[in-house]
Order: sequence, then structure tokens, then C-alpha cells
Amino acid sequence: MTDSLPGFALQDQAFEVVDRVALIEALSQILREGCLLTELEDLRPWECDGLAAMRETPSLVALPETEAQVIAVLRVCSRLGVPVVARGAGTSLSGGAMPHRHGVLLAMAKFRQILRVDPVARIAVVQPGVRNKAISEAALQHGLYYAPDPSSQIACTIGGNVAENAGGVHCLKYGLTVHNVMRVRGITIDGEVLECGSHALDGPGFDLLALVNGSEGMLLVITEVSVRLLPIPQQARCVLAAFGSVVQAGEAVAAIIAEGIIPAGLEMMDQPATAAVEAFVHAGYPLDAAAILLVECDGSPEEVAEELARVQSVLERAGAAAVRVSRNEEERLRFWAGRKAAFPAAGRLAPDYYCMDGTIPRRRLGEMLTAIAEMERKYALRCMNVFHAGDGNLHPLILFDSAAPGEQARAEAFGTEILERSVALGGSITGEHGVGVEKIAQMCVQFGDAEIRMFHRIKAAFDRSGLLNPGKAIPSLRRCAEGGRMHVTGGRLPYPELERF
Amino acid sequence: MQTQLADFVRDTPDGAEAEAILRKCVHCGFCTATCPTYQLLGDELDGPRGRIYLIKQMLEGAAVSERTQLHLDRCLSCRACETTCPSGVEYGRLLDIGRKWAEDLAPPRSALAQARRWALANLVARPALFAAAYLVGRRLAPMLPGSLVGKIVPATPRGHWPAPRHARKCMVLRGCAQPAMLPDLNAAAARLLDRVGVSLIELRNDGCCGALRYHLNDQDGGRGDAARLLSAWLPVLERGEVEGIVVTASGCSSFIGEYSHLFRDDAPMQETAAKVVGVVRDVSELIAQYSSELAAVLRPPSSQRAMRLAFQSPCSLQHSLRIQGVVERLLKTAGYELVPVADAHLCCGSAGAYSVLQPEISAQLRDNKLAALTAADPVGIASANVGCIAHLGGRTRLPVRHWVEWLADLLPDHSAG
Repeated sequence: MTDSLPGFALQDQAFEVVDRVALIEALSQILREGCLLTELEDLRPWECDGLAAMRETPSLVALPETEAQVIAVLRVCSRLGVPVVARGAGTSLSGGAMPHRHGVLLAMAKFRQILRVDPVARIAVVQPGVRNKAISEAALQHGLYYAPDPSSQIACTIGGNVAENAGGVHCLKYGLTVHNVMRVRGITIDGEVLECGSHALDGPGFDLLALVNGSEGMLLVITEVSVRLLPIPQQARCVLAAFGSVVQAGEAVAAIIAEGIIPAGLEMMDQPATAAVEAFVHAGYPLDAAAILLVECDGSPEEVAEELARVQSVLERAGAAAVRVSRNEEERLRFWAGRKAAFPAAGRLAPDYYCMDGTIPRRRLGEMLTAIAEMERKYALRCMNVFHAGDGNLHPLILFDSAAPGEQARAEAFGTEILERSVALGGSITGEHGVGVEKIAQMCVQFGDAEIRMFHRIKAAFDRSGLLNPGKAIPSLRRCAEGGRMHVTGGRLPYPELERF
Repeated sequence: MQTQLADFVRDTPDGAEAEAILRKCVHCGFCTATCPTYQLLGDELDGPRGRIYLIKQMLEGAAVSERTQLHLDRCLSCRACETTCPSGVEYGRLLDIGRKWAEDLAPPRSALAQARRWALANLVARPALFAAAYLVGRRLAPMLPGSLVGKIVPATPRGHWPAPRHARKCMVLRGCAQPAMLPDLNAAAARLLDRVGVSLIELRNDGCCGALRYHLNDQDGGRGDAARLLSAWLPVLERGEVEGIVVTASGCSSFIGEYSHLFRDDAPMQETAAKVVGVVRDVSELIAQYSSELAAVLRPPSSQRAMRLAFQSPCSLQHSLRIQGVVERLLKTAGYELVPVADAHLCCGSAGAYSVLQPEISAQLRDNKLAALTAADPVGIASANVGCIAHLGGRTRLPVRHWVEWLADLLPDHSAG
């Protein structure tokens, strides 16, 4: 049944008919001088986000400064049928903000005002271009902070965090972005202002707020976000444990959770990863360990002391070769600094890397790691592993050199195999980075046709013409069919109306 | 990041260095978070990652307009991005290469812009000329444009300089603009070090370290200044008259620290540079060795209020030299109370000649910096570099002085040796 589906659900649109001259003319009436970039020289540096392997030069870059300008730009694009890709700091690891070649890249980085910090309601109202970490810095004077802390928190914007439903090392205990956002204000492609959620704990109607979190810029352009602030824990201490094998470390993770402990953070890094970051942050990681675990306990000093003791005893029973507890705040931050710098530090080992984001049930960590080690041999590429081990979210970093013939293709195949294995083990293709362009093919593995159709119908309810971030996150039915990844059940080929190559 | 440099640059030393640097960048964007101009302007092209891309496409042979040059000019060279970068990208060096090539590949600058840059390089870098102009400027302040007036700070007359009585002697750089702008700074360093057994001597005419011209993109001129300074220092070192060289401006310290790289295409000069640089130290590194001896000598006043300072760590100190926490510890050990300062990693907007060439961005950064420095109500501001001191001092009623001067204030008798 495809009659109720929008055209973009069947196949990706081409958008070739865009009248660029008319578009420039219309947008230059809206934006200040210097806020509309039209020349190739100025456009190329925007061709990719944090996923540098996937690039597309945008037709134009618009840098609006007010919500009224955003509305006006979107109305023009809607009228002229021009695709729009919104971008925050451009730190996405899944190509969520990769431009469209016939489209406008809507750079929201000028929206950097913190509008209000309300210590009584424990809410911050901010513009979308505010950096994640800047929110916590502004709330610090009230003893509050914003909990989700993706590794790129120093740079990434809250608008992008909402679009990707970003996680972070502490989301095991404190939740993802969706659990920490109260209200989102955004503009539809037709220029309509929508407010999703409220400053109250619950609200009637469909939960559009949850829908917007993780919508990857396909439903709204976000212009304001209200986030929940939490009291800064009285104390936090971090345990650094070294293991002789990755499987043993994986089992220790499962043992901690089985003990009924929910640490503030529970992270794992393998040997190549610790070696790479140690050169940069000098965190004091043991370089001879096959894997290290970072376990953070926070709360009142009594809670922390009690939990630390339990964690230490579980780790020792699980066979940890060495266990160290941070002695002070400086040391705790240094333990984490290494983990947070892991992705970019891969740049010290190879010119390029692919960061995967699969999630698996915790108890299968050891199995997955063994499989990845086999894949390293199969594809003749190195892989360093960092995970949010507590929630089973893997971040294998596949190292390659795009200048070496064939390496990029091997790296992509390697990544695909990891994601497909994640699904086979009962997990998912993304834990927190989003689908973007990077994992769009694996969406066909993750979901059946009913779900994909429903995604497209929801998309069409917000954006009939499919202009917001086209080609991302939700694959067209043709793409799934061509990828050969559709499940053929009962001998009936799905979507018989589609041409196949 | 993948690069395919164009033929005209691929086999040059610049090309090899640029390629090595570019390949380290993984485009993560962490650098944008601590880039003063990106945080102000919110444009990818005004942050390190965008500038790296602009330089990359220029060196790959793409057409270059005055806009690429503008975005490169807007960089403060503060190198906060290097402190933030987890991949070890040497952005500052790539920028120098990019600026040099942009000068050739972009359309020529306007006659006015060229004249202004020439005047800055040739006035400030010449101590006698600069001192004369600075004195005239102080008289003529009401008639000068705002961006220059802000640079003219009240003179603290040069105080006592103890006679070189110790066996241990170091030479201190006079430099170019500093003697006119902070006449007492080196004398204050001499008074402090004299108390712990080190005599400081000064050459009468050592001259500019080369940073000024180099960062105005007169890279050969900067190298010439550096070579002249090395040739002034070398005989004194070879005669064994001093055990080392001390530099009181962190901007000069950091540039001198790069001399070996500066002469990378000239083996004999590089060897000389390496030898000299080996004995050059920022004044903070030298004084830090005597922290406890000094603390025993210094006499803080009884009023705690008088001891509340805000410390502004110049980019050259914290990002280039990576000297972090050293000056802060010295001031605290001496009895000063340091107030918290937000965004301490961000540049104050001085950045050598930048404040004159990019007055709007510079003024905004200065105002933000002063707001952060004065938020907790200090009685004064301590810095470590003459340029920052002049830049900030012109726009606040609080005294802005070198930390060495603040420390020397606590010597029991200012005038005595």
C-alpha cells in the first residue's frame, strides 16, 4: 500500500529545477550583508560536518541572526522548492548536517544567547546555537548543570543535540537529550512556529517533544530550547580499572549492572584507544592493559563512598589487574579528558577514521569485541574501541587513510558489518550519533517496511514536500529495495511498483 | 583530512609541512569552541576549522579572492585552538603558511592597507623611532583615532636597577615597544632576581625579536629581525658573561621559542638559533625556581583588599608556551588573592598589530575580557605581555600591570637593591 505515501517516500528527490538566481535575490532581501554566502570559495569549507568522509558543497549558506529571518528564509525555500539543511556547530559524526548540493545550508551558529537561567524552576532557556557546555557554565553560579555530555560538548550546540538526541558518558544515569529537554520551539518549512512540550512536567496531546528529539532536522528548524538543569552532585569520583583482556572488562561491566549499581558513567576503552589519547591528555592510563574501565560514582559523600566500595569489590572479583580511584577533582577530570578526546585523538594514528555507533545488549560485549577483532584481520584495518559500556553503546573507530587506494571502501564495509552484527545481536545501528547519511542503508536492516512507511507519513505531516534535510535518517523505499536489504517474506517482493536495477 | 596539493606548492618545504598538518585534522570542530572570532561571529569561515579549509583549498589550487585573505587576517594567532585540538594540529604554523601564500595568490591589498601594514612593521619594531612616536602620541592623544589612543598607557617611570653584583648573571631582552611602554618592567625583574642571587643585565640595543613583522606577514623581515637579535646575543653568550637570557614579554618569549622552526631552511642559522634558544627562558620559568625564597623576602601589605588581583594569562603564555598555572602560583605564594575569571582561555584582542588592523573585533574582545576580569571586583589586573597590558590598560580605570611589577611592589624597599 503506497497510495498514502508522499513521493519522497518512494525515492529520493532530485531537486534539479531550483532557480538559484531567484533564490539569491530573495534571500539577499532577508539577510544582512556577509550572512549569505554564494561563491564556491566560501561554500567549500561547509561541505562536511564531523563526518569528513561524506561531503557535498551546498548551493548557498545562509547565516540568519533572528527567528524572523529563519521564518522568512524557510518561506522562500518552501515557495521555490529548495532543500534546507540546518547546522549547528557541524560536529555530527553521522553527516546529519551534510549539505544538499541544490540546497541552502542554514547555519544557526549565530544564535548563541542564553536567554534565561531560572534556578528556582531549574530551567535554562537558550538559543539553538549555544554550546552544550556553555549551558552548564552559565548554570554553575546556581550550583546547577545540564546533564547530557556528548564527547563534543565543548563545541556542539544544543540545537544539534536535540536534532540528534545526543547522549554522552553520563546518560546511563541521567538520560539522553530527550530526557533533559522541556520545550522546543521550532519553525516548519512553511514558516509556521511550533512549540513542542512545556515547562510543566507533563502535558496533554501527542508528545511532539519526544518526536522532535532525534528528528535529525527533518521536521523543524529549532530556534529555542528549554532544558532541565540538575543540581551538581556534591561529589563525584571516578574509578579507573585495568584488565588483561577486553572480554574480562566486558564481563565486569555486566557484573556492575547485575549488582544493581547504576554508575553516573561506565566507559570502556581498549589498548589502542588508551595509547592514542594518553599522548594528548596524559591521563595516567595504564598502557599495558588490554582494556580499561572508567566507572564514575556521584552523589553525597556517603553515597559515593558506599557505591565506590561496591564497585571496587565487583571489579576485583571480575579480575581487574589494577584499580585506582581519583584522589581529587583534577584527577577525575583528567581520567575523563582522555575518554572525551578519544575520537579526535584517532587523528594521531591515521589520517581518517570512521566512528561507528552501534548498540548491543551489555551481556554480548565480549562476543562483539571478539567479532570486531576478526573483522580487523578480514579488512586489514586497525580499529580502536571506545564505548559507553554501561548502555552497550559501541564506538569502534575504524582507522584508515583515504589517500590509500581502496582503504575507504574497506573501512565502509567494515563499518557496515559492525552495524549489521549489532542488529543481529539484538541491538541497534545507532546509540546516539543519529543515522544521518552514514547509516541510512542500515536503516533498512533495522526496520521493516511498516515502520519505514510510518516514518515517512510523520515526516510528511510536518513537511509535505520533503524539503528539510532530504536524503537523511529515513531511507526511501527504493533505496532499501536497491540495497537488497529488504526482508523478502513469503516470496512476495515488497514494493513491486518500484523499478529495480 | 585528505589533501591533494597543487603542483606549485607540493614539492616546497611549505607544501610538505602544510600537508603533514592538514592530514592530522579530522574536522571534529572542537577548535571552534575556543576560537575567539568564531565565538563572536558564528561563521565557520572565521574559526580554525574553516580557515584550515580555506588554506587547504588555496593550496590545492582553487581561486582565491580577498575574502579568503580577510578570514585569515581576522585570525588572532592566539592558538587557543591548538590547546583544544586533541589531534595535535599545528594550526599556527599552517596559518603562517596560508597567510604567506595568500599574499601572493589573492588580489593585491589596497594601497592604504599596504601602507598601514608597512607603517606598523617599520615603526613599532624600531625601538628609537617607536619611543619617540609614543612620547609624541601621549601628547597628541586627543587627536588620534580611537584604536591608537587606547594603546597609550600612563607611564610608570623606570625605578632602581641594582648593580650586577652576583656571580650568576642573565641577560634580559629590552625589545622594541616595551622600553617605551613599560619602562620599569625589566628593572622590576632585576630587583626581584637580585634578591635571590641573580643579576640581570640589559644590552642597550638588542631590538625586536621579529614577531611583529612576521605576524604582519613580512616573514622575511621578521626573520631578519630574529637574525639581528641572535647576532647581538651570541657574542655575550660566547664570552660566558651570562648563563642565560630572560624575556619579560610572553609574546616575545613564545616567538623566540620558535626560532629553530623559523630558520628551518637555513641549517647554520638553525644551529645558532637552537643553541641560543636553549638558554632563553620566560621570566616566569626563572622566577618560579625561587618562589619560596622570594616569598620569604616579600612583604605583603596588611590590607587583604589591596591584594585582590585578576590575572589575564596572555595567549602567548598559556597557548604558545603552554605555561599554565605558573604565574598564578607565584602571585598566590607572594600573598595575592586571584579572583575567578570567566573564559580565561580567550584572547583579549590585542594580538600584536591586530588591534590596529581589526579594530572592531579587537574592541569587542577587549570589552568582553575586561568585563570578565573585573566581574569579581579586583583592585588591579596582572598580565604577562606588553601588548595585552597596553590594550587592556587603555580602557579601564584599574591598573593593568605586568605580574613582575605587582610582585616587585612587595619588595620591602622599592628603591633599594
